[in-house]
Parts: sequence; C-alpha cells; structure tokens
Amino acid sequence: MRSRTTRTFWLFVGPFAVGLLLFTYLPIAWSSYLSFFDARNTVTPTEFVGLGNYVDILTDRAFLDSIGTFTVFAAFIVPTTVVLSLVLALLVNRIRVARAFFRSVFFLPFACSYVVASLVWKMSLFSGVDSGVANTVLGWFGADPQAWVGTVDPPLYWVVLVTARLWLQLGFYMILFIAALQRIPTHLYEAAWIDGASPGWQTFRHITLPGLRGALVAVLTLNLINAYQAFDEFYNILGDSRGYPPFARPPLVYLYYTSLGSGGQDLGRGSAGAVVLALVIALVTLLSGRVLRRPT
Amino acid sequence: MGVELSRRSFGVVAGLLGLAACGANTGRGGSAEGALRHWYHAYGEDGVQDAVRRYAAAYPGARVEVQWNPGDYDSKVLTALQTSGVPDVFEAQVKVDWVRQRQVVPLDDLLGDTRGDFVRTLLESQTVDGRLYGIPQAIDTQVLYYRKSLLDKAGVTPPRTVDELIDAAKRLNTGAVRGLFAGNDGGVGVLTAPLLWSAGLDFLSQDGKAPGFDDPRAATVFGKLRDLNQALLLGSPTDWSDPGALVDGRVAMQWTGLWNLPKITAALGDDVGVLPFPRLDAAGAESVPVGAYSAMVNARGADVEAAKAYVRWLWVEKAEYQTEFATAFGAHLPARESLAASARPLRDGPGKDIVGFVTRGGRIASPARWSARANTALSDAVARIARQGADPAAELRAALDVARDEIARLDR
Repeated sequence: MRSRTTRTFWLFVGPFAVGLLLFTYLPIAWSSYLSFFDARNTVTPTEFVGLGNYVDILTDRAFLDSIGTFTVFAAFIVPTTVVLSLVLALLVNRIRVARAFFRSVFFLPFACSYVVASLVWKMSLFSGVDSGVANTVLGWFGADPQAWVGTVDPPLYWVVLVTARLWLQLGFYMILFIAALQRIPTHLYEAAWIDGASPGWQTFRHITLPGLRGALVAVLTLNLINAYQAFDEFYNILGDSRGYPPFARPPLVYLYYTSLGSGGQDLGRGSAGAVVLALVIALVTLLSGRVLRRPT
Repeated sequence: MGVELSRRSFGVVAGLLGLAACGANTGRGGSAEGALRHWYHAYGEDGVQDAVRRYAAAYPGARVEVQWNPGDYDSKVLTALQTSGVPDVFEAQVKVDWVRQRQVVPLDDLLGDTRGDFVRTLLESQTVDGRLYGIPQAIDTQVLYYRKSLLDKAGVTPPRTVDELIDAAKRLNTGAVRGLFAGNDGGVGVLTAPLLWSAGLDFLSQDGKAPGFDDPRAATVFGKLRDLNQALLLGSPTDWSDPGALVDGRVAMQWTGLWNLPKITAALGDDVGVLPFPRLDAAGAESVPVGAYSAMVNARGADVEAAKAYVRWLWVEKAEYQTEFATAFGAHLPARESLAASARPLRDGPGKDIVGFVTRGGRIASPARWSARANTALSDAVARIARQGADPAAELRAALDVARDEIARLDR
C-alpha cells in the first residue's frame, strides 16, 4: 500500500520535478558557474576570472541605472496596482447584477499575450501618427498630437508602458482579492453592524482590510518581483533586436542584450548580473515581507 | 513485482528517450547524411528565398539544405556557433570573438585571382588579424531620400552640410508633414556612424587599436543630433528600414536603405532625390554606411572542406547568381566591381547616384573590432545627448572608457 502511494506520488510529481531540475535548477547552477568565468560566446568556458564579472557589472553604469530606475518603478507600480485591483475587486464583489460578466471582463486582459498587447499599444493606441487612438482623443480637446513612445521630454513613453502593464495585470490581482474577500465570514460584518459600525470606511478599515492581510502580502510580493522582472512589454514597446534606449531599460532587458544580444554574447557578465538581480529581488522581497507581517 | 519492474523500466526507457531526443536535437532532424546546411536570415524582398534554394539545388558537389530564419537571426547564429556543427555555411558579419574562439575558418584560399575584384573595404571588414573569414555576398547601404517637390515648395536646396540638413528639416517641418525620419529612436541607431564620419571621426582609429572618437568634435556633432531631433518624425508605426513614412507622405526626407529604392521610385516616380549623409565641415566628409553579410563556414561543421568548396562555387565562381542575388530583388550592389556594371536598376537615376556615393564615401558600418558592448555604451551616450539633452562631453568620456576597455580585451 505504502509503495503504491510512493509510486503514485512519483508518477505525478516526477515529471514536474525532472522538468524543474532540468530547466530551472540546472540553468541557475550553470549560470552561477558561468558568472565566475570569461564566458564570451561559450557555455563551456575555461578562463576563470573570480569575481571579475561581479566587479564589472557592479561598476557598470547602465546596469546600476536600470536597477535604480526599476526600484523607482516598483515604488510606483506596486502600490498603484494593489490599490486599483483592490478597488476593482471591491466594486465587482459588491455589484448585484452581472457580477460574473464584470469579473470576466476585467480578468480577460490577463489572458492576452504581453507581446500582442505591446504591439497594439505601440502601433495603434499610442502610435505617433495623427490617427492613433490617443492622438485622436487629444485632437478632440484641441491638443497637438504626441509621439508617445518617442517622446522623452516629458517622458511620455512611461504612459504607454504603465497603462499597458496595468491593463494586463489588474484583472489577475483583482481575482486574488475577490477570492480573499469571499473568504471573510459574513458574520463578522453582521456583528460589526449590530455593534454600530458604520458601513463603508469603518467596516473596510477594521474588518475587510485585516481579512485581506494574507492576500495583500501575496499580491504585494508577486507585484514587487514582477516589477523587477519586467521585460515583455518594455522590450516590445521600446526595443528591437538592434538595441534599446538607455532609459526605462529593465535590468532583464539589459542583461538580455549583454548575454544573448545579437552583437556578442557575454554570458559571464550576464550571469553575474542575473545573480545580482536575484539577490536584489530576494532582499527587497524579504524587507517588504518583514514590514508587512509586522503585527499592527 | 513484475509489474513494478516493467513500470520502472518503462519510466527509465521513457526518460532516456526524452534525454536522447534532447541530445540529438541539433537541427539535423530529417536531413540526409552528408548534406550541407546553409542558413540565411529572412530577406524581406520577394523571391530571394526561392532564388537561394534554386542555387543550392544546382550545386553539383553535395546536397545543400537551405534554412530560412525569420526573427532575430544574428542571435540565433551566435548561439548555434557555440555548441553546434549546424549550420555548415551561414551569412553574417565577422566578429573577432568568433575568430578567437575558433568558431569560423579562414577562407583566403577560396578567392584566388578574384580577390582584386571584390570591393576592398568589404574584404577588410571581414578580415581579422590578416585572414579573411567571410566572402561578401552583396552590398547594402543607406542614403537620405528626399521629396524634390516638397523641398522646392519650401525653397530648400538639398543639404550638403549637417547644419543645412538641420535647417532643411526644420523648414520642411509643417506639422502634418515632418522634416525627416531616421527611426523611432530619433536617429540614434542609424545616424551615429554617419555623424562620426561627417566630423572626420570613426568608431575606431585607423589601426583599430583605439577608439576613433576621442575628440571634442564628437561632442559637437552629437550635439547637432540633439538639434535635429526637434524636426524628426517619431512614433511612426513603421521604422527607418521601411519606406512607409516617406511613401505615405508623413515626412519630406527619410534616411533608409538602398533596398527600398524600387518601392520608393514606384510610389513617388521622379519626385525623389538621394543624398549621402552630409559633412559637418571641411574636415569631415560625405558618407554612406556600407554593410555586407558574408558567407562564412562553421569550424565545427561535419565537413569543413566540403562547406568551403560550396562557398567557393556559389560566392566566387557563380557570378550570374551573385548578380541576380544582389540586384534582382530589391536593390543591393554586387560585392564585386566587375558585376556592378550589369546591375540594371543602378544604371541611371537615383540608383546611379547611390553607386557613386558608395564608391566615393562608402564606410564600413560595423567593423569587426567594434564590439557590441562598446557599441551599447556609445549609443547610450548618443541617446542621452540627443534625446535627453545630457552633457555631450561627459557622456562621451564614459563611452570612451568602455570602448578602450573592450579594445584592450580583444588583444589580451
């Protein structure tokens, strides 16, 4: 009986574990190994350089800039996403008619490919031509058309990047919040109502929010990691195989060009950067987790 | 017990099969033993794919399988060369790192007495440490196309200096029609090299041992790009490599490739003129960037000699194929001087002008010793100067440091 359970366990877990080992842990280990070698255009390097790649990447202005930019980006996008998705969840959860319809409508963008959304944003919604959707709207108000993605001063490209990201992600976090909202027992609300708590802010502050603590921590953490791992919409909106401008350049996009770009593949430096980025993400996540879990 | 064993062995066999499938996945699946695999990037012009398949099928020496590679071809080649014997033959531009890591083989012995016939600067661009690693296939170049009628209307003469270009772009900028289109990145990608040449500078010094832009004039000329940015079209749905912006009337001038000449003349007829990139002043020169994919042989290939023989047959001996390849689909220039005369689209009009620009001012757009990292540092600097208004001198100092580092590394 026991061996049967063990067999079943491995039958189900085995393929996944093998995949994880082969396609996640092995590459991580290999990448860490490469980060100590001069690994240009090779995955089997011979020239050991110690911490050379780390010194290199940590004194590389472009890499440090991208980490800095995305720390600021995270500080903006994480609270924005959390607040907006929470508001959506509260609204959709309260609504009495067509609740499933609205839930689906807001969730659907999450099912859209980042690449497709990026191209729609870049070439149609925020295209620089007068007939672009955003420029048409500006035209109604008598404003001049803008180049959007191409406008650096003021940095309008952020409008394109941030709206694309919000549109793609809000629905997913909204679903997480709705699930958590539905787990808050209704008797708490009834008790509060009997005790004279006013519906609205007071109930939200003392019952809903504490009930959402677990979901909040999860959404914040996922969001934070996601912000540092930004790639798809940035690469597809601002970059191409020939290059990427030095602003709004996510660390992963910079590392992608460094280690896999078309000009020359420096896998040693790229891997060192990946390790540094992983450490930064781990550190920020731990810190935020510590702050969030502190008892109130 | 019996059942368990057979299940276990089934698992083991399945696992091994899976691994074996991974190990054997070198791109050789389904190809005949001894066939040569030849990779091309996906040319945008109709007919090229059929043509190169036809050439391959006509080779008497071996079976040749052509693979057409859409998407990010250069990265794909880089990755393939690291571990694989496939492709045997491919098109690319020589990189010093490939030579250092012995991923490609020298091809000097293929040229014989035709060496003098190939455009010299092209051969030099594919040469590392005195040895040739790629046989140039065709010449690509980029020029400034302009709408004659719009320039006339605005009373602007075709610009022959950088200042005239800026002035023309600003005066042609009428709101609905912008002055100039040089890519959605504000010209950083395609104008960096011509701007350097316009000031008599370059990526690298003459001997390739130092950066070629350690000069206050570099700051001056990239400052001009900042000025030019006010009159550029940005946010176009198509990029500089597509003639759309000019053909659809969104700009009066566009910097784009020779390959678009047929489409542009078909759409605009006589209302189009061409210019090289202008010079900054008397110390600089008019220029056009010249690039060429070259046929190269993978050192890990199963039969390097057979691959070399095929390259010699196609890119040295079969002159009629080379002419057709360069000129029959979109416009390119043949890589050999003796073939240039037979290229019909280039005998008169703008085509003829462009041949003149290449002869007089063709410059190598991506020298083998100019590394990707150095290029990123320089284009970051140019982007900050031209688009964000950063201090040119300080930005270029940082780029120079990286470039020096990279050049030193190549000779370590």
